[in-house]
Amino acid sequence: MKPQRFDATILTLCFAFLYIPIIILVVYSFNASRLVTVWGGFSLHWYQVMWSNEGLMDAAWVTARVGVLSATFGTILGTLAALTLTRFPRFPGRVAFTGMVYAPLVMPEVITGLSMLLLFVAMNIDRGFWTVTIAHTTFTMCYVAIVVQSRLITFDRSLEEAAQDLGCPPVKTFFAITLPLILPAIVSGWMLAFTLSLDDLVIASFTTGPGATTLPIKIYSQVRLGVTPEINAICTILIGLVTFGVIITSITTKRAEMRRIRDEHVAIRGIS
Amino acid sequence: MAETGATAHTNPLRWLVVAIPYLWLFLFFAAPFFIIFKISLSDTAIAMPPYTPTFEGFGAIGDFFSQLDFENYGFLGEDPLYIDAYLSSLRIALISTLLLLLVGYPMALAMARAQASIRPTLMMMVILPFWTSFLIRVYAWIGILKPEGLLTLLFQTIGLMGPDDQVTIFRTDYAVFIGIVYSYLPFMVLPLYAALEKMDGTLLEAASDLGCPPWKAFWKITFPLSLPGVIAGALICFIPITGEFVIPDLLGGAETLMIGKTLWTEFFGNRDWPLASAVAVLLLLALVVPIVIFQNQQQKVG
Repeated sequence: MKPQRFDATILTLCFAFLYIPIIILVVYSFNASRLVTVWGGFSLHWYQVMWSNEGLMDAAWVTARVGVLSATFGTILGTLAALTLTRFPRFPGRVAFTGMVYAPLVMPEVITGLSMLLLFVAMNIDRGFWTVTIAHTTFTMCYVAIVVQSRLITFDRSLEEAAQDLGCPPVKTFFAITLPLILPAIVSGWMLAFTLSLDDLVIASFTTGPGATTLPIKIYSQVRLGVTPEINAICTILIGLVTFGVIITSITTKRAEMRRIRDEHVAIRGIS
Repeated sequence: MAETGATAHTNPLRWLVVAIPYLWLFLFFAAPFFIIFKISLSDTAIAMPPYTPTFEGFGAIGDFFSQLDFENYGFLGEDPLYIDAYLSSLRIALISTLLLLLVGYPMALAMARAQASIRPTLMMMVILPFWTSFLIRVYAWIGILKPEGLLTLLFQTIGLMGPDDQVTIFRTDYAVFIGIVYSYLPFMVLPLYAALEKMDGTLLEAASDLGCPPWKAFWKITFPLSLPGVIAGALICFIPITGEFVIPDLLGGAETLMIGKTLWTEFFGNRDWPLASAVAVLLLLALVVPIVIFQNQQQKVG
């Protein structure tokens, strides 16, 4: 086989492996029949069932609120952590700090979840909405830190230096120059944090309390009882939302990037 | 914040940038590990919280040492269930990582050799499934693998199986391997792709000009140069797989022993918090070496 054809075959097989299960799940959410193997015709029945399931809807609402709050806190803390990693080459405990930023990325979730729970119990905090939010903030901030850090490394420092040479104070330089330039990375960091929070079952199960059941916990308890098309319906909606979000972000970042390049060209022409 | 200019160095506000994330991570990520360690040494009690505290204030350090209780660890050593779960987790993680390399390497190589114009699209296509929920992706496989599921239907339709036969993959280790490879594939492909993409293509041309056959050029040039990507990908997959809970619980059977599942059962099923903590400490100890390697790897890259 020619190398090109070999590569194309491999890519086709691998992408089929990645996408076919998700496509099947989406298709069967519109199945009128309860059975997975029988196609009973197109129907939105399971979406109605899902919509009238109050427990599921409450869980979705809790998940959305936890997601927005923890992604926002996580993005602020993660951006600060990224600035620390890139702009502070030496301070006491830097090695420990770097370790604390990278370790949650690979730490098995059962350990993170259990340790957080034991902390909340030791601190005598009632478990519920806020403990899940704090737990999610803690692990998502590390992902945000990595995303923002990679942008800060490739960042042209001379722009900041120029502003400061012209007498701009450091805090103003940050908000006028640095922040707008790293904003695309911060936005994608927020998106990543939000989906990670939306997705998390294990850490939420440990840190949650009465009245704060999140969607993954609800889905998990139903999945254990068996496959129901209702779950397919809610999964399809989640997949749709996430795909939509990812496409919108990638289009807006691409546009922002193109505008930036155009502005730079204009600026260079203006100088010469 | 910018550190250029002499005034910036004396600005105390500047240190808030370091202090805020540092304190947060210390309080909510590092400190809890000491608590896990402490509770793993305490006794089980039928109360809320279901353990007897062993450590009350710094004044009682003497008491603390006299009350320390390695009973939970002794129990873990006596009961072969825990040792088996421990070894079985490492075995499953190792096999899965090798399978991931086997699937991920050709994929990353094919992506790196594709035309530069379509590479970002391919990257996007690898990342997109990662954005959809982990739980949903594992759940999708239940419908495919279960005995009355779609794989059985497919095999029956194309005549590989009789109408009464059923696929018996669901609730076995094989289903766990499929689930893990499926869920972790993006984590393996991306570091491999990053390493392969920046490789200098002229090296392969030089080898071929000097009469080196392509397969030999691959082993002598491509593979050694991609080794940092192989190590990064293997660690990013191996470490979390060892403590994996969702996949063995939903796709695995009763004989699929994994330490993450054991910890979950001890905690939620038997409500034995000290024992669950002891399991967590042992799992953590097993992962300290790979995590340290991972961190060094990251610092070299960063």
